[in-house]
Amino acid sequence: MFRTGYLSTGLMLMGILVAASASAGEITIGQKDKSFVMNGAKIETVSIKVGDTIHFRNEDPWFHNIFSLSDIKTFDLGSYPKGQSKPAVFDKAGMVEVECAIHPSMILKVDVK
Amino acid sequence: MITRVSRSKALTTALLGVTLGLMNCITQAATATPSEDDIKTYLRPMEVPQPKSNLSTPERVELGKHLFFDPRLSGSGWISCATCHNPALGWSDGLPTAIGHGMQVLGRSTPTILNIAYQKSQFWDGRAATMEEQALGPIQAEPEMAGNMENVIRDLSDLPMYRKMFDTAYPGQGITNDTIAKAIATFERTVVSSDSPFDLWLKGQNTMSVAAVRGFDLFKGKANCAACHSGFNFTDNGFHNIGLPNNTDAGRFAIKPIKVMKGAFKTPTLRDAALTPPYMHNGQYKSLEEVVDHYNNGGTPTFDNLDPNMKKLDLSKQEKKDLVEFLKSLTGSPLMITYPQLPVK
Ligand code: HEC
Ligand code: HEC
Ligand SMILES: [Cu+2]
Repeated sequence: MFRTGYLSTGLMLMGILVAASASAGEITIGQKDKSFVMNGAKIETVSIKVGDTIHFRNEDPWFHNIFSLSDIKTFDLGSYPKGQSKPAVFDKAGMVEVECAIHPSMILKVDVK
Repeated sequence: MITRVSRSKALTTALLGVTLGLMNCITQAATATPSEDDIKTYLRPMEVPQPKSNLSTPERVELGKHLFFDPRLSGSGWISCATCHNPALGWSDGLPTAIGHGMQVLGRSTPTILNIAYQKSQFWDGRAATMEEQALGPIQAEPEMAGNMENVIRDLSDLPMYRKMFDTAYPGQGITNDTIAKAIATFERTVVSSDSPFDLWLKGQNTMSVAAVRGFDLFKGKANCAACHSGFNFTDNGFHNIGLPNNTDAGRFAIKPIKVMKGAFKTPTLRDAALTPPYMHNGQYKSLEEVVDHYNNGGTPTFDNLDPNMKKLDLSKQEKKDLVEFLKSLTGSPLMITYPQLPVK
């Protein structure tokens, strides 16, 4: 009895998690030490789905200015300080190059599928 | 080579220095010593960066040096790279903005070529990604050297000595745009800063005045300079509009049309800056004192833009002096340069 109870709750939870990641569309990517980071690790590319949103959060004690001039997606989030986050929605499939205007060595390739 | 410093050795020396420095403190109440963090942040990287496709050899450096000092690369036969990037003037020209072919006054000042090997992009607006890409620009630019690569290659090929030098430096590759650019860039990678009082202090010597150390603390703290002038080469390799009141040049915006880049220029190195007045891309400040006054005032927005890291500083007279003392402590001993005897027919 107990066992099945646990099991079904477990299955239900898993179901929610799967559903959440399938339609998720919400990712946070930090800017730290003049690099893009996700879950604490430095990244240069990230793969997402059409319609997903990336929240760009500044974790450095100086300003960053995230933008893209790629053909399928252009945006300019402006400059903002540590602790602030701004979203960008990726609504078309393709490769988008996201950069920081202030620090040109910061480049993130977003593969929108 | 002086440019190769073993980091572990340097670190040990530096750490040893901390201990020695502490002892100094006790005996003569001397200046403060660097923190471990300072040593890690500001110590020279182990090697000068160089591309795999153009590794340094003594022959390449020597050839590049000849080309750098050879005025025959210019249309007039009178202007070499060293005319503007003059080693006797901190590898710059001492002018507010450069003077080029036919005595034309150019729109921007001549930057030093010291430590450009550590930079992530070249020119005030970062329009060249590499030193190799940069090198042929000034030869052909009408306002600078007004040269023509076809003529340059013909003239160099006419001189047996150059033919031989190219062949030993780049065997079988001939005298081409590519090998000329590569040789010049290889020479430029040897133009690196030497140990300044600040570097020696990081390594444990008592080379900084009390005022200069106070200036260093201001630089990292209250004056906020390190927000942009960061790390060993005192640059974030980034672009900022610091609100120069006389600026009419949109700078980086021409390359990256993003609002915050209006009037923005590359953060220059501060190493040996005391040797290269006047300052800024338009040469509008005559002294380091004027530069510090500028930052103290917080800058004036131009193109409706000002870098968000710029703010009024409220520095006292003494604090401004201390900052200038610190900037002067970044001056190394001059690199000894022997002028090459250029090939003649
Ligand atoms: C007429 C003066 C003049 C001559 C001659 C000249 N330069 Fe320059 N150099 C400049 C100026 C001015 C700039 C800045 C231009 C800009 O940023 O738009 C510059 C920029 C540079 C930079 C970029 C440095 C940095 O920090 O971004 C390098 C490298 C350089 N020059 C190398 C050379 C070489 C190599 C030659 C010879 C082939 C040369 N220059 C000839 C005036 C000159
Ligand atoms: C917001 C970024 C930023 C901050 C903060 C900053 N700088 Fe700068 N600095 C720059 C940029 C960018 C330039 C070149 C600007 C130009 O020419 O338009 C520059 C130029 C200079 C120069 C001239 C160098 C040369 O060769 O012409 C000096 C000296 C200097 N800064 C010192 C300082 C000091 C001292 C502080 C702190 C009081 C400071 N900077 C704060 C970005 C910054
Ligand atoms: Cu940035």
